[in-house]
Amino acid sequence: MASDFGAAVPADIADLVAAAREGSRDAFDEIVRRTYVDTYTLAVRLTATEEDARDVVQEAYLRAWKGLRRFRGDAQFSTWMYRITANTAATVTSKRRRQRTVHLDEVADPVETEVAFHPELATENTELMARLSAALDELPPRLRTLVVLKDIYGLSHEDIAEELGISVTAAKVRLHRGRKRMRDLLYEEAGSHADAV
Amino acid sequence: MPTQCDEIAVLLPQVVDSAEPVSLPVQRHVESCLRCQAELARYRRMLRGLQLLRTQYFEPAPGMLAATLASITAASERRAVNSVLTKRRLAYAGAVAGAVAAAGTTTAALLLARAKRRTLPV
Repeated sequence: MASDFGAAVPADIADLVAAAREGSRDAFDEIVRRTYVDTYTLAVRLTATEEDARDVVQEAYLRAWKGLRRFRGDAQFSTWMYRITANTAATVTSKRRRQRTVHLDEVADPVETEVAFHPELATENTELMARLSAALDELPPRLRTLVVLKDIYGLSHEDIAEELGISVTAAKVRLHRGRKRMRDLLYEEAGSHADAV
Repeated sequence: MPTQCDEIAVLLPQVVDSAEPVSLPVQRHVESCLRCQAELARYRRMLRGLQLLRTQYFEPAPGMLAATLASITAASERRAVNSVLTKRRLAYAGAVAGAVAAAGTTTAALLLARAKRRTLPV
């Protein structure tokens, strides 16, 4: 989809955010275009369902548009968007928990954006990531959310706790349990494949 | 010393990324215990693998971007309509309040004038 900016599309996301904060819908649309694959990926990781992820993405961008004036710019926009997505995913999954029909098995396989230099390493990494993804999907949502936000997206305990409405201590405890469960899934239940990870 | 290893294994998920401080006895034990070193290495490999997942992206279904942008447009329009309606409601309420106040003032003035006429000596 072509941008409405014509030749004057700001290259930097920070410039787009500044324009959007001033009320430019065109700037915000451009931000959505540039970031929605990333946001969708996080939503899929958090919800483990394509259907919920779609809803999370739409709702997250709506919240971002409405709350853009509150974005102070002292953090990266991507981090701010991750926090909103995490908050939205928590709301959507709690609403949908009893109505779940589509599982991650039905979501298309992820696409790697960084190609490893060595082909054998790429194959190894692909296998590793497939096993990790499968283990993540096995985690209860409360634990999966912490592992995804902290260990994949690198959010701080404080940010995670704030968005999920829990204490920092609770966030740490959930992360601890999530990592332990992941370890058990990868190494104990994997049996002979344990050393592959 | 299995008991100590089991106790330390419980701590490893929170110390693996060095986010939490490790006590000196625990540190010393891990340095001298092959079992705990192997366990720590597993956690480290797992964390490195999780960080690699950051390089993977799920491809959204076709039309999702358009649907997302359309939902923002729809919400913006609803907000604009609500804003106009709210302003109109406020203007209407203000007009009604003004009319009521004017009517009240007039009535009060009339009553006052009538009362003055009654009290004046003939």
